[in-house]
Amino acid sequence: MNDVCVRLAGVSKKYPHFQLENISLELPVGSILGFIGANGAGKSTTIRILMGLVHQDKGSVEVLGHAMPSGQVAAKQEIGFVSEDMRLYGAATLAWHMAFIESIYPAWNQPYAEVLLRRFDLKPQQKIKGLSHGQRVKAALLLALARQPRLLILDEPTTGLDPVARREVLAELIAVLADEERTILFSSHNTLDVEQISDRIAFIDRGRIIAFDDKEALLDRWRRLRLVLPPRGALPQLPGIVEVGGSDRLPVLTTSQFDARVVSLCQDRGATVQAVDPMTLEEIFVANVQSRRELQPA
Amino acid sequence: MQSDFVVSPFSGQPMYLQIMEQMRQKIAVGEWAAGSEIPSIRQLAVSLCVSVITVKRAYLELEREGVIVTRQGKGSFVAPDPALSPRLYQEQFSEHLDRAAQLGTSLGLSDREIVQRLRKAVDKVNETKLEKEPQ
Repeated sequence: MNDVCVRLAGVSKKYPHFQLENISLELPVGSILGFIGANGAGKSTTIRILMGLVHQDKGSVEVLGHAMPSGQVAAKQEIGFVSEDMRLYGAATLAWHMAFIESIYPAWNQPYAEVLLRRFDLKPQQKIKGLSHGQRVKAALLLALARQPRLLILDEPTTGLDPVARREVLAELIAVLADEERTILFSSHNTLDVEQISDRIAFIDRGRIIAFDDKEALLDRWRRLRLVLPPRGALPQLPGIVEVGGSDRLPVLTTSQFDARVVSLCQDRGATVQAVDPMTLEEIFVANVQSRRELQPA
Repeated sequence: MQSDFVVSPFSGQPMYLQIMEQMRQKIAVGEWAAGSEIPSIRQLAVSLCVSVITVKRAYLELEREGVIVTRQGKGSFVAPDPALSPRLYQEQFSEHLDRAAQLGTSLGLSDREIVQRLRKAVDKVNETKLEKEPQ
């Protein structure tokens, strides 16, 4: 069995005002990738390339063993895709949509669809045009989930959802992963959702991948250090310093390459380490993006 | 599966550490008996609504510490060692002592002062015990 579900290698795509540069990502079967980026960073373009909806200029894309875009017909049988701008037929009911999808995808699981109807608090006889934004998102997710695809690709699935609906959607995504053969890739600018349920994290900014790692490794490497320096003491040279804040005697350093040696390095230089704080994914993302933008203005 | 663990991304402590701590407590108080089966990584991830990798990390660290064992294809279990829960307390105790000694030294306290402070801490615990006992 192929244990890589999604593989992008050196993928580039040029538009007049934006380009995706040298995107490489790999996603093992049975895991969740959270894809984080600001608006316009290239998340949706990358996802569209994955789906074969946009053709890359350079690089290779492989999804569930199918080369994209050439193998997209076969691949799409096994991919469930939900994006924000996806439209359902306003005049038709949710039940009509369910029957329609069932007629196309033999893997449709009706009992599971009915469980999801209850969990998402949706009424099958309701017409789509009468649904709220959150209900539409949940309806689209239901249609994708009940097919039980091997890969779910979700573009901003939690954007605009109220807290209860968000919680329901996240719980349902994690429940999919109870089956080790299934994989999820979802994009979001809500770093909290990504931090909670992702196994792997990719940061994208201005068309480039700026970080791609296991979530645990990423959270482990980033730390904020609060130091106390002796009078006229120099700032110790530490690996991976991304940001220096605070004052002369009380500097606050952000490092992307933390390990135990960093603390002893500080102490050897006469600095007292007051605190070593872990950072949230949001803080890491912002620090990472800002430091790169400073080094390389647009 | 309903879970009685509470993990929060806002506690300031990494989530895998929160999971480890609560698992250790369950074992230390005997809710999870020596040798008994515990939820699989994926089961616990689903019930906590937390990523698989986070739970996996907690399990791996606890395996390394000898607190749980995972048998391929069989599942995860509390280590069969009946002395495990006293040992967990012992280990925690040593860890805290080491940390206290380090902190004391970096504060510039003398050895005697550190020992005196520990003495005081023990006295304080005994006092609160006495206050509670009449109830």
